[in-house]
Amino acid sequence: MTEPGYLRPRELDEALAARAAHPDWMVLAGGTDLMVNANHRPVPAGILDLWRLPATCFVRVADDAIAIGAGTTWHDVLRHPAIRDRLAPLAAAAREIGALQIQARATLGGNVATSSPVGDSLPVLLALDAELEVASVRGHRRVPYHAWCTGYRTTQLAGDELIVCAHVPVPGPATRTAWRKVGTRRAQSISKVMGAAAIALDGDVVVSARVALGAIADRPIRVAAVEAAVRGQRLGDAAEAARAAVRAAIQPIDDVRSTAAYRRDVAENLVARFFSVA
Amino acid sequence: MRLAVEVNGAPRTVECSPWSRLLDVLRDELRLTGTKEGCGEGECGACTVLLDGEAVNSCLVAIGQCDGRSVVTVEGLARGELHAVQRALVACGGAQCGICTPGIAVCAAHIVDSGLVDAADGGRAARDRVRELLAGNLCRCTGYQLIVDAVIAAAREVAAR
Repeated sequence: MTEPGYLRPRELDEALAARAAHPDWMVLAGGTDLMVNANHRPVPAGILDLWRLPATCFVRVADDAIAIGAGTTWHDVLRHPAIRDRLAPLAAAAREIGALQIQARATLGGNVATSSPVGDSLPVLLALDAELEVASVRGHRRVPYHAWCTGYRTTQLAGDELIVCAHVPVPGPATRTAWRKVGTRRAQSISKVMGAAAIALDGDVVVSARVALGAIADRPIRVAAVEAAVRGQRLGDAAEAARAAVRAAIQPIDDVRSTAAYRRDVAENLVARFFSVA
Repeated sequence: MRLAVEVNGAPRTVECSPWSRLLDVLRDELRLTGTKEGCGEGECGACTVLLDGEAVNSCLVAIGQCDGRSVVTVEGLARGELHAVQRALVACGGAQCGICTPGIAVCAAHIVDSGLVDAADGGRAARDRVRELLAGNLCRCTGYQLIVDAVIAAAREVAAR
């Protein structure tokens, strides 16, 4: 058996050229997903190792948005003061992704590229209306995260592209944000249901909201029916409106980890709580 | 490919596929069998080692990624005498069957040496913190209480130095 190729580019241009030259190679960062049961998987033709590629390992803080490099680990996210302060639901999600060993290796770019319906950070990116920046030898482009996922574990990423970073708008001071996951255990176990929300308020009246759920469908989803139902409602009333809208809008999956009925109940409770009074 | 890795402070070279797991290279090539394989899925933490100073699951690391990096295994924790965490695990009875113990020792040593637990607070908050930090290390024997006792005791000892 021939040994897989291996490249560890140190510049973005070099990485993009390697990606274009070897579209069949595995793009590997922390390996927390791609290396699971590695000895029982097909050996890749080659490994394009992006771990700690400097061009993807940064957090850039501006007044209205924080750009987080794709190579940023959840450990990095968790300990970054600006993210903890201003993107609280992302830091909260980071804290419950895997455990210490996983957080040290797993990256934002990996979560977004794998695009599992149970990716813990993904509903947060939807709720905060993040935008992804991807690049290839053809140039850079930005994709709104809500348009990123195209199906079960499929995304808009082209065969010659790499993910550079996520641009995450900072919620305003009158915006309530939330993230919550429900599973058998906080650490390690895969979530049964998770949700995130960003709710713009005028006093206790909902001006607008973005509500996202994970582990409910083939991909992380925004729940437009909830967002419409809560607009103009006072908190509390909005919780009941949201509950009814969730019930009507979602068809949760039924699998080994949970039943559709349980997921529906939990999703309703979780979203209602986002809109409860204080 | 040919790789240079610092293992427990000593430079080592290995010749292997970049796709080999760090875990297998440690056990089969370097004969460092202290690191155990539990699940092979990054769930149990038995194979925890330090890679460039971070606690990681060695079953999830491709050896190609380790070229030029440093690894510390359970064999490298003791320097002349056992690490404070190892002594505390012995003193507190924080080990039973032993499969999880090397991973717990490595992760706990990282926790203690990095000051991730406030040792002055030996109460509920510190114990909860230890449980969160060790949540990636599963133990089917002890029920964790004695392991948490050991990490708190080691954190106190290291802080008092």
